[in-house]
Amino acid sequence: MNTSGWLQLALYIVVLLLITKPLGIYLFRVLDANGKTFLDPVVKPVELLTYRIFGVDPEKEQGWILYTMAMLIFELVTVLFTYLVLRFQNFLPLNPQGMAGVTDHLAFNTAWSFATNTNWQSYGGESTMSYLSQMLALASHNFFSAAIGIAIAAAVVRGIVRHSTKTLGNFWVDLVRINYYLLLPISIVYAVFLVAQGVPQNFKPYDTAKVVEVQTVQVPKKDDAGNPVKDAKGNAVMVDQKVDSQSIVEGPIASQMAIKMLGTNGGGYTNANAAHPFENPTPLSNFIQMLSIFAIPSALTYYLGRMVKNQGHGWSVWAAMAIVFVAGVLVCWGAEAAGNPIMNHVGVDRAGGNMEGKEVRFGIFNSALFATITTDASCGAVNSMHDSFTPLGGFVPLFNIQMGEIIFGGVGSGLYGMILFIVLAVFIAGLMVGRTPEYLGKKIESYDVKVASIAILLMAFSILGFAGWAALTPWGQAGENNSGPHGLSEIFYAYSSCTGNNGSAFAGLTANPTNNDPHYDITLAFATIIGRFGMIIPVMALAGSLGRKKLIATGAGTFPVTGGLFVTLLIGTILLVGALTFLPALTLTPILEHFLMLNGKLF
Amino acid sequence: MPAQAQSIFDPAIIVPAIGDSFKKLNPVTLAKNPVMFVTEVGALITTVLLVTGHGSNFGFQLQIALWLWFTVLFANFAEAMAEGRGKAQAKALRATRTETFGNRLKPDGTVEKIAANLLRKGDIVVVSAGELIPGDGEVIEGAATVDESAITGESAPVIRESGGDRSAVTGGTKVLSDVIKIEITSNPGETFLDHMIALVEGASRQKTPNEIALTILLSALTLIFLIAMMSLKAFGIASSVDFTIPVLVALLVCLIPTTIGGLLSAIGIAGIDRLVQKNVLAMSGRSVEAAGDVDVLFLDKTGTITIGNRQATEFLPAPGVTKEQLADAAQLASLADETPEGRSIVVLAKNFGIRARELSEMPKVIFVPFTAQTRMSGVDMDGTSYRKGAAEAIRNYVGGHMPEAVEKDVKAVSSSGGTPLVVATRERVLGTIQLKDIVKGGLADRFERFRAMGIRTVMITGDNPLTAAAIAHEAGVDDFLAEAKPEDKLALCRKEQQIGHLVAMTGDGTNDAPALAQADVGVAMNTGTQAAKEAGNMVDLDSNPTKLIEIVEIGKQLLITRGALTTFSIANDVAKYFAILPAMLVGTFKEIAPLNIMFLKSPESAILSAVIFNAVIIIALIPLALKGVRFRPLGAAKILARNLLIYGLGGILLPFVGIKLIDMFITTIGLA
Repeated sequence: MNTSGWLQLALYIVVLLLITKPLGIYLFRVLDANGKTFLDPVVKPVELLTYRIFGVDPEKEQGWILYTMAMLIFELVTVLFTYLVLRFQNFLPLNPQGMAGVTDHLAFNTAWSFATNTNWQSYGGESTMSYLSQMLALASHNFFSAAIGIAIAAAVVRGIVRHSTKTLGNFWVDLVRINYYLLLPISIVYAVFLVAQGVPQNFKPYDTAKVVEVQTVQVPKKDDAGNPVKDAKGNAVMVDQKVDSQSIVEGPIASQMAIKMLGTNGGGYTNANAAHPFENPTPLSNFIQMLSIFAIPSALTYYLGRMVKNQGHGWSVWAAMAIVFVAGVLVCWGAEAAGNPIMNHVGVDRAGGNMEGKEVRFGIFNSALFATITTDASCGAVNSMHDSFTPLGGFVPLFNIQMGEIIFGGVGSGLYGMILFIVLAVFIAGLMVGRTPEYLGKKIESYDVKVASIAILLMAFSILGFAGWAALTPWGQAGENNSGPHGLSEIFYAYSSCTGNNGSAFAGLTANPTNNDPHYDITLAFATIIGRFGMIIPVMALAGSLGRKKLIATGAGTFPVTGGLFVTLLIGTILLVGALTFLPALTLTPILEHFLMLNGKLF
Repeated sequence: MPAQAQSIFDPAIIVPAIGDSFKKLNPVTLAKNPVMFVTEVGALITTVLLVTGHGSNFGFQLQIALWLWFTVLFANFAEAMAEGRGKAQAKALRATRTETFGNRLKPDGTVEKIAANLLRKGDIVVVSAGELIPGDGEVIEGAATVDESAITGESAPVIRESGGDRSAVTGGTKVLSDVIKIEITSNPGETFLDHMIALVEGASRQKTPNEIALTILLSALTLIFLIAMMSLKAFGIASSVDFTIPVLVALLVCLIPTTIGGLLSAIGIAGIDRLVQKNVLAMSGRSVEAAGDVDVLFLDKTGTITIGNRQATEFLPAPGVTKEQLADAAQLASLADETPEGRSIVVLAKNFGIRARELSEMPKVIFVPFTAQTRMSGVDMDGTSYRKGAAEAIRNYVGGHMPEAVEKDVKAVSSSGGTPLVVATRERVLGTIQLKDIVKGGLADRFERFRAMGIRTVMITGDNPLTAAAIAHEAGVDDFLAEAKPEDKLALCRKEQQIGHLVAMTGDGTNDAPALAQADVGVAMNTGTQAAKEAGNMVDLDSNPTKLIEIVEIGKQLLITRGALTTFSIANDVAKYFAILPAMLVGTFKEIAPLNIMFLKSPESAILSAVIFNAVIIIALIPLALKGVRFRPLGAAKILARNLLIYGLGGILLPFVGIKLIDMFITTIGLA
């Protein structure tokens, strides 16, 4: 844990803090259907034209059920579209590498994974997807799912602010405005910046380069039909293969990268994701990518404060997030910097810690920081391999996801997830001030507790249920790349990541095996669906309920939602709920692995 | 009804409560409490596994099973204790109602004797001196003095008469003089006492809205822990660790919020019970909760803020008149004045050495009573007419002109919120008497504390704004409503609620009823009319309007206790994880031993200690649940900080100590 790391961490937080207010104010205007922005002269006509084409009446607001239904219908249609494009990409243009159509379960998994802002990838992008699939089928969802997250968050905040009313806004207006005024303009500028940093943006076929040092590797021998040849004992026959050339990926990468980070999507163009030099070429691009993950979620806390006319509350939520974030960075960084005691003991140069699975360009600190950010948010882009972290270093991303990805969190989803925890915290501790619980002038009653509980229950059931199931089945165990607690961690991480709509992986896990076993693809896809809509629907029900309530006057007797006490309480609730739910399973995974490692056992 | 609190350790309550604890094991009734139901199922499973001979460590499993049963029994005991205390109150209430007979007036005018519990709404009964009133009702004819001490504990008899605001009578009270006709207003089983008895006994007890919400949360937590245990079992199998069912059940029961789950209903009953001890009958548990939420109090000036009526506080003589002369004249002018004001003048005059005169000593005196025309009263004695009255009336009496100094005094008294009375003879104005409302001591302090808690006090008075402002200032209330008519009260209540406030108020008259019904907490005075009692959601048997303040405190105390124990219960889980999880794993993975940060002796002792702690803490917290967390009138932030520290942080730390101590104890005596 060196000075340069501390300085970079401080720089990151300061810059994040600085952009929170201006971006928050901009969000406040974008999320107001009649808000004015500096882009109005250019974008307003297009916005109005869009409404006219699709027959949307921007003045007509929807109640929570209609709003949610509109969102679900939109999701279904776009998922079907993506599924079809992936399945039949071999018949479609912009496929210079001649990629085959994607298999049914992988297309199913991928379509839902991108639609739910998860971007779990059971495939390597550069070896599976055509340019058209990347741009049209996948990148479009990066915009849509990010916009939906923000729209839902805005609807929930409106539910908090409004009273004695049934409507929460118009989904179509929110969707259009968020894309036109927020995501598209920033992404365009951002993509140009990335091109300047050296990220490719073209439609060229992949380049081939001669390697400097010719190597020989052993590969399975295949017969004419392409099936592996086996010897008498059933083992694959291996043959030498000389590697003298290298395929270099090309394509519309920069445009994909911008929204992938800004929208906390995280789905990489390449298999290596942000560790690939074409996706993340420079220290500056690395810094900006990390910043852009937190940018909108952070600004949304300002938006919350502005909307509820209690900026202190917005900043308190920000502070709670920031504190847990920094704690996560320090644990992860500390664990990685300390490295593996067994390696240290035998005198291997530990290069300042555990460098396995990390880009030398980024080193330990920037890998730990990126890993914490990407899992605090529901991004899931990675610039290092979380699977190769030390047990405690890997525990941080895993637990970040399990806490619900509300530490800044995904765009929109972080805020509405956090509001769920605020409601819980207020409900549990609120009684202690001697009044029935209330949040910002709204009584928290049994209906609200019920829907909040359903959301948290569904998350726990999806993560623990699927992971427990997979751990006991042959197909589940077949996916493990490592034995013992680490193999179990890989399964646990996968379902946590998909349920949390994160998308990163302990990537040793083989979720899409060569024998085409569809179990992981299907169950993980369902985890993404439960994680997304099992959260959104209850949260919208909560918003609807809050919006219908009367406003209660606040005063000295009201539960305080600003200041250190509230921040402490909120952090305590988040940690406690996360820990109580997942600690038993975590004890058998990273925690056990940590103690075994201290005693000289590795997996 | 006894107004004193029973001792927590009263054997008369404890012994039957122990019996009830076993009766409450009935899963049908227990199912209403999901947390304890799961605990009972867990206890049952471990017992079945034990008797069917599954498992290897009989002694250990036996103890686990026993303690799980104890957990359920302790929770049942807590509820039974609260009910027992309620029943004891109810018994005292009931004692006043047994074997009462009523004289029912038949349509033909004759009277028949009938048992009180056969009386129906609308029946008319005749009650004479010495008889008990057979049921709640309204006096429709006559007036009588009634001893209501059976209910209020107040020994002074009160007057009940037909018409007006003092017509309501309560069953079980005794008529001391005269004969009254009463129309019965409720069927047996519907009277306030019956209502109250049912509420504390649990027969008609319903969960309050907040209790329902909390039960949902506790059930959700229970489900989460259930799935966590199942995943633990699955991960265990995948890691080649075989967690036995009794151990998993033990961990589950330790984690689910048994502490608050077991004490929740006891807390609710105890809240109602505490109200009863203050002689307040709540019509529902819901109204007690609402009392905690109230942030605006409507306080009637008379009786709540000021002591009864205005009193003479000072004599202000006119130029050339001594105080003694003025006092003497004032006393004479007030001798025949039986109003409280008049009496207070006589009392004040005594302080100036004016000896008390007896009317019988003065045969030649002619009394001039107060009339609406003259607006004066006084005496004619030895050729001199002494008069006292409003300044205007006296001015006219003395010929249209009063000395400058007296006019000044009159104005000064008025503007300070007092009422000036001028004393004069036909020839001469003698001076001014200052009548003032006497604000009760300590109120300003109390209102200040309310302000800190975010509760606004509004004084309601019929006085003119000037007087009202002065009294409001002296009493330290935040706001006042002057020249208030009952409909103004309703309008103000609506207005406050419109802007999101929750209002509590008291009332007794029929015309208070709409406002009482509108208020979130409406406390009807027991002396009030039936209409008022029906409109409110609480009845104060003592008819003491100041009690509103205590009702709010009891409501807050109830909610704080519930929140504190919920927080405590959930915070406890941290230590239980540290006790049980390492114990479950250390057999297969000895490397995990450092996680046993409490250094518990063996895996068995660790698990057993956690289970025992989990059970015993319920018993240990019963007194707190019944008495309630001590209430401090502070702002929300301060109360929260304090309670979070005690029940949140304390809830995390205490079980570490407790489990360690239990572990030391049971390993010493060789139980594990």
